[in-house]
Amino acid sequence: MSGAKPLHPGLFTWPTPNPNLIGSRCLDCGEHAFPSQSSCRACSGQNTQEAELGNTGTLWTWTIQSFMPKTPYHTDETPETFRPYGVGYIELTCGLKVESRLRENTPDALRIGMPMALEIISVRKDEEGDDLVTFQFCAAEEAH
Amino acid sequence: MEVAIVGLGLHPFGRTATMSGLEQGAAAVRAALADAGTDFKAMQFAFGGSQDSGNADSLVNLLGLTGLQFTNVANGCATGGSSLNAAYSAIKSGQYDVGLVVGFDKHDRGAFNPKPAEWGLDDWYGETGLMLTTQYFGMKIQRYMHDYGISRDTLIRVAEKAFRNGALTPTAWRQTALSWEEIENAPMVSEPLNKYMFCSPAEGGCALVICRADMAHQFHPRPIYLKTAVVRSRNYGSFEVFSPSQPPEVAASPTVTASQAAFELAGLGPEDIDVAQLQDTEVGAEIMHMAENGFCAHGDQEQWLAEGVTEITGRLPVNTDGGCLANGEPVGASGLRQVHEICVQLRGDGGARQVAGEPKVGYTHVYGAPGISGVNILAR
Repeated sequence: MSGAKPLHPGLFTWPTPNPNLIGSRCLDCGEHAFPSQSSCRACSGQNTQEAELGNTGTLWTWTIQSFMPKTPYHTDETPETFRPYGVGYIELTCGLKVESRLRENTPDALRIGMPMALEIISVRKDEEGDDLVTFQFCAAEEAH
Repeated sequence: MEVAIVGLGLHPFGRTATMSGLEQGAAAVRAALADAGTDFKAMQFAFGGSQDSGNADSLVNLLGLTGLQFTNVANGCATGGSSLNAAYSAIKSGQYDVGLVVGFDKHDRGAFNPKPAEWGLDDWYGETGLMLTTQYFGMKIQRYMHDYGISRDTLIRVAEKAFRNGALTPTAWRQTALSWEEIENAPMVSEPLNKYMFCSPAEGGCALVICRADMAHQFHPRPIYLKTAVVRSRNYGSFEVFSPSQPPEVAASPTVTASQAAFELAGLGPEDIDVAQLQDTEVGAEIMHMAENGFCAHGDQEQWLAEGVTEITGRLPVNTDGGCLANGEPVGASGLRQVHEICVQLRGDGGARQVAGEPKVGYTHVYGAPGISGVNILAR
């Protein structure tokens, strides 16, 4: 859809009906990283390549951001319109745990081990009025 | 060559509206020099750090332009530990006889607002609301509570102890004990941690005079010997702050590796420690650091806190001055406050908070972003 672009390039495949996170995989030791990096933090090698990391996983841990953060936080919210958001690590199928905003923002909606799925959300509008989008995770529909 | 601490200086933590951070650092240095019965001209070197109050070596403008070697240290919350480590090496190597370690800071109110670029991250990470240390602390203890059966009551007990000890400490920022209900019902900051479970950025200064052990009695009748000073950074897989992703396997934290190395170098074990300072940026940190430093098994903290093992009157008193929770955290000075408090306890000068039984061996542990730990073992 037009009028929207990623806040930062290279974090997820988009636009596409089924966006995936993009990271890197080390061709020497097999370890993954997100965001993608040109050197490997596990084996110190420099033989990595970009890899799609999927878009589902389980919740490894979580918290809730209950107050509006100071800069560098940058959205269109005001202290009056700010809504708390969840933050967690999602354990992906490849084993890598990715830190993410979570749609769920109350303790009773979040549980370690629950299935999670990727979604794309708007962060703010840029000077041209286009939506800048990023990824977050939310509770998955009944597991497959 | 053994290393001794012979001068202790603290400018009280909290808020001193009339003094800059640098001035608070200078006040701490003057107090440490007076305690050691010496003066700034006798100092051959200094290591110092401040996160928000300028370069530590600017102190010479206030203390005297004596030409000493003065090295600035910047290692986040572990700055004090790293400064002491550097000073320890300077004496141990035989390069110098006597010198200073100093840290000070004066932070704005509220949480720190770090810049992604300074941590090797792109702007999106901060702009979308992930660049908050409080989130990391909430998430680490959340998983730990799940894995090891730690209850919310245990979080409350750590906060209760901190403010109870702070009330016994004339230099503490928070000197009012808080009730269980006040702690339990405080506003939530980052699940499961609320307002009274976090320390706050603060102001203050701390300084130590450190020298060759064979010169120690020239300066002070009760020197405290620095048996070892170790600093370690994170290994691959350690769960640390500001990490957009974590590897599948969780590895031992830098606290574990620093602690093990410190015990090995000192030829001592956790059972030899009489009094300890463990980094308590928030209550979960103190709980996890009890196990990461080798004092108990993961999960034992539930019983230890219920039985009061870490109280001033317990078997292993932890954070006898109220720790970061009651003193606040002026980043550059915080790790040195821990060493200061252990030295006070080993000298027997703890007053209302003095650990009974004449403690002989003490332990300090500082932890900072993005995964640095400093451990010191001290003995009289």
